[in-house]
Amino acid sequence: MKDIAGMDELYRDFILDHYRNPRNAGTLEHPDASFEDVNPLCGDKIRMDVSVRDGAVADVRFRGRGCAISQASASLLTEDIKGKSLAEVERLNADDVVANLGINISPARLKCALLGLKVLKHALALEYQPTEEEKAYPDGQPS
Amino acid sequence: MKAAERSLLESPVLAPAPTPFSDTEIARVRSEFPILKERPHGKPLVFLDSAASSQKPIQVIDAMDDYYRRYHANIHRGVYHISELASEAYEEARAKIGRFIGARDAHECIFVRNATEGLNLVAYSWGRHHIQRGDVIVLTEMEHHSNLVPWQILAQEREAELRFVPVTPDGLLDLGGLDDILDSAKLFAFTAVSNTLGTVNPVKHLSARAHAAGAIAVVDGCQAVPRMPVDVADWNCDFMAFSAHKMLGPTGVGMLWGRKELLDAMPPFLSGGGMIKVVNLTSSTYASVPARFEAGTPAIAEAVGFSAAVDYLAALGMERIHQSESRLATIALRRLAEQSNITVYGPPMEQRTGVISLTVGDIHAHDLASILDSEGVCVRAGHHCNQPLMEKLGVPATARASFYVYNTVEEIEVFIAALDKAKRIFKIA
Ligand SMILES: Cc1ncc(COP(=O)(O)O)c(C=O)c1O
Repeated sequence: MKDIAGMDELYRDFILDHYRNPRNAGTLEHPDASFEDVNPLCGDKIRMDVSVRDGAVADVRFRGRGCAISQASASLLTEDIKGKSLAEVERLNADDVVANLGINISPARLKCALLGLKVLKHALALEYQPTEEEKAYPDGQPS
Repeated sequence: MKAAERSLLESPVLAPAPTPFSDTEIARVRSEFPILKERPHGKPLVFLDSAASSQKPIQVIDAMDDYYRRYHANIHRGVYHISELASEAYEEARAKIGRFIGARDAHECIFVRNATEGLNLVAYSWGRHHIQRGDVIVLTEMEHHSNLVPWQILAQEREAELRFVPVTPDGLLDLGGLDDILDSAKLFAFTAVSNTLGTVNPVKHLSARAHAAGAIAVVDGCQAVPRMPVDVADWNCDFMAFSAHKMLGPTGVGMLWGRKELLDAMPPFLSGGGMIKVVNLTSSTYASVPARFEAGTPAIAEAVGFSAAVDYLAALGMERIHQSESRLATIALRRLAEQSNITVYGPPMEQRTGVISLTVGDIHAHDLASILDSEGVCVRAGHHCNQPLMEKLGVPATARASFYVYNTVEEIEVFIAALDKAKRIFKIA
């Protein structure tokens, strides 16, 4: 049986901090791109507003509700992408999100962790590489 | 309506009180569920998600295994011995499961894939035959998506009106305006027990009000049939759907019970082999019920397993099952009330059954379920196929624990300890 990360390790202080005090929370008044999506399994919901200048992310805000993993990884992502070129953002993938969280997570929770990245890429009309599960259920796991 | 009046209308807790199972009895039951020997993450399996799907006793697994090993053949068409055995087992299953829910006639019992298909059968066949533009369909705000979406589609297609019986903040049906809501309705579909809040609805009363308004009563029995005595004749409803997998049986089979005179007058839902009388190239005549509604090769092994599940439940006794589950729920609710930062949703114990939805501090239900899982505790997290109800409660998602025949008081303590662990990890007092 696959081992899951120890729970203390999964919910480290900085993850709880990003969950309770999300960075770049809110909306932009005149975003160049925005998108919202939900994970119907648990009702996780994220909206991202992005402003782009000279081919790079000038500013980003997100609003959401959901589990600590989805909200913290969205918050971490917004910190990560400010100033990055769209080409750099395009290259971000699941591994980067997991690296930001600093832990291995079970396949069931990977969906939560990736919601922010998925929404961001949709907003910017960039290529998003779905996981196998997301390919099977493009609208999220039916429930 | 006040609680006292409500319980006078219909008491789901039957007198005289049968005794809950003893520790020895539960130990015996547990020894008959092979899965309970599993140790997820090295911890004993504490399965608190039976409202989603129950585990299976060895008797059910063996019955299906025996069928495949000794007498599998397609039914009703073979003239040879093992086909006759299979046909007999299938029809015996129908009759037995029918008796279990108080059906007077096995012809009123249609095998379907699950409750969802049963409800769709009513919506497509009865619904499209009877519902016309401007007609009124009444539902409640606590319906599972399976007893909501088929009626939405029917209403959209026929330009019919959907009305809803509201739910009070503590999760009971608000029956104050019921007769007005039912005024000139053609159909009233409602659940006997809420899968999210555990609310036990007064089915007999609701059926009577539906009939008084000239509507038929369609009952979603998914959560009631597994956990309390059910008698469709006493409920006096017109249709009732339920799934085997929530009552110790296999997935892939369920039953729709319907009043014979209604079924007899209904057109087919799915069509093809098995449901016809005479077929010509351009038209056909249809078999009588129940065959008319069982197109194609049915889930024979599953029907055999379903039948074994009903034997198992009947031997335990549905009143005792109900008592045992109520006892566990009472203890769990009391223990939960002693804890800090835990919010339990739904009505008081007298009006509910062993399904408990809760949140802990600001921990999202999904995180909570992950942490409980690390302790071997299985609960459901999410909206429980009840999105509109959750919106009404103002909760994005809850964790839901549900009890069944194999759960113990000790498991409640493991559950409480796992909730404590979650609070510790999230630094909640
Ligand atoms: C009240 C209720 N109705 C309907 C259903 C649907 O059952 P099934 O998925 O077996 O068709 C469920 C199961 O979750 C339920 O709890």
